[in-house]
Amino acid sequence: MNDTVNPRDWAGQPAYIVPEYKSTPLRGPTKPLIPLPQTLSEVTGPVYGHEAVTGNDADLTRNGRRNGEPLGERIIVAGRVLDEDGRPLPNTLLEIWQANAGGRYIHATDQHDAPIDPNFFGGGRCVTDAEGRYQFMTIKPGAYPWPNHHNAWRPNHIHFSLFGPSFLTRLVTQMYFPGDPLLDLDPIFLATPAETRDLLVSKFSLDLTQPNYALGYRFDIVLRGRSATPMEA
Amino acid sequence: MTKLRQTPSQTVGPYFAYGLSPEQYGYQHGLTSIAGHDMAAGDVEGQQIRIEGRVFDGAGNVISDALIEVWQADALGRYAHPADPRGSNSNFKGFGRCGTGTDPQNRFWFDTIKPGAPEAGQAPHLSVIVTMRGMLLHAFTRIYFSDEASANAADKVLNAVPAERRNTLIATKRDGNVYRFDIHMQGDNETVFFDA
Repeated sequence: MNDTVNPRDWAGQPAYIVPEYKSTPLRGPTKPLIPLPQTLSEVTGPVYGHEAVTGNDADLTRNGRRNGEPLGERIIVAGRVLDEDGRPLPNTLLEIWQANAGGRYIHATDQHDAPIDPNFFGGGRCVTDAEGRYQFMTIKPGAYPWPNHHNAWRPNHIHFSLFGPSFLTRLVTQMYFPGDPLLDLDPIFLATPAETRDLLVSKFSLDLTQPNYALGYRFDIVLRGRSATPMEA
Repeated sequence: MTKLRQTPSQTVGPYFAYGLSPEQYGYQHGLTSIAGHDMAAGDVEGQQIRIEGRVFDGAGNVISDALIEVWQADALGRYAHPADPRGSNSNFKGFGRCGTGTDPQNRFWFDTIKPGAPEAGQAPHLSVIVTMRGMLLHAFTRIYFSDEASANAADKVLNAVPAERRNTLIATKRDGNVYRFDIHMQGDNETVFFDA
């Protein structure tokens, strides 16, 4: 018997092709996925720990400064990275990227007519501690329009990327904010099954909020766990 | 026992570059890259190769905002990860990341070393994650090598793939040490993607 990585929770994941999200019909796989046995190639994966994080990587209000502070509402985004049994995942790299307070990405192809903030880059990373905790300081991202349909706007969100303990635990997702009226109109958010959608929405936390400085939002992340099942020979 | 639900996946979107591969895309301030297309830099043992290719959508158009990630063993088939009991004593980390938005032909490319076979019953290969705007969750595939025909014929993963689709997983050797591996998201030649 060996530990194997639990399967993807397909019932809780968005489908590859969701017609309301108009980029998906030509980009998602259409043929049935082929089952892959879990070999050494799957249960291993890239290892990035504390050495991957330096300086102000986790403080987006500082890592892009040129001649002053970035504009917008400072926020703290923090939480824990856990497996499905609630075990904390220590030493796990998180990479994030986001729009600035005006809803503009610094990316060269973002043509939204909103100001670039010369003091905000919008990318950051950090590593979980022994209890699986992480914390970012950043600026609350603005909403922005996108060409999916007439008058389409993305809700405020922060992109998250994690590796976890193996190649199979990789997760790329987005964190949203509570009470955002755009959530009920967003085909990307709504592509997630109703039963798991709320897992993408952070919770306001007065405990995390730093007095006289920044509001706090809690966002816990659950990666594929492990079970004791016979390993593929 | 009540289990926590896995956090759902969401698309990487069109603007991942400055978060995930800022150096490849030329962002001058902010972050360094944790990984890129140059995987064999430094003192790494093994045969130096390049793997390159393009990603096509269901209409046959080249995709300019895909992100390709690869994970591979070193030249002796060992993974730089604690779950590989042999360990890896080379300087080879084994992880590469490349977006398709900087090459004029929208290719991804990896300068790496040819991996060894990681264990009996498996031919040399790379594990691959494909993701992009328009994918709500990433897809898994593998890259095998056209000049490993006998090892490929004995590979348990390839043998579980319908014979007529196996060629979608095999990179074709070109001039020098260059291998070509195109990814077709859909169509008659749709790349095999795995439920991994």
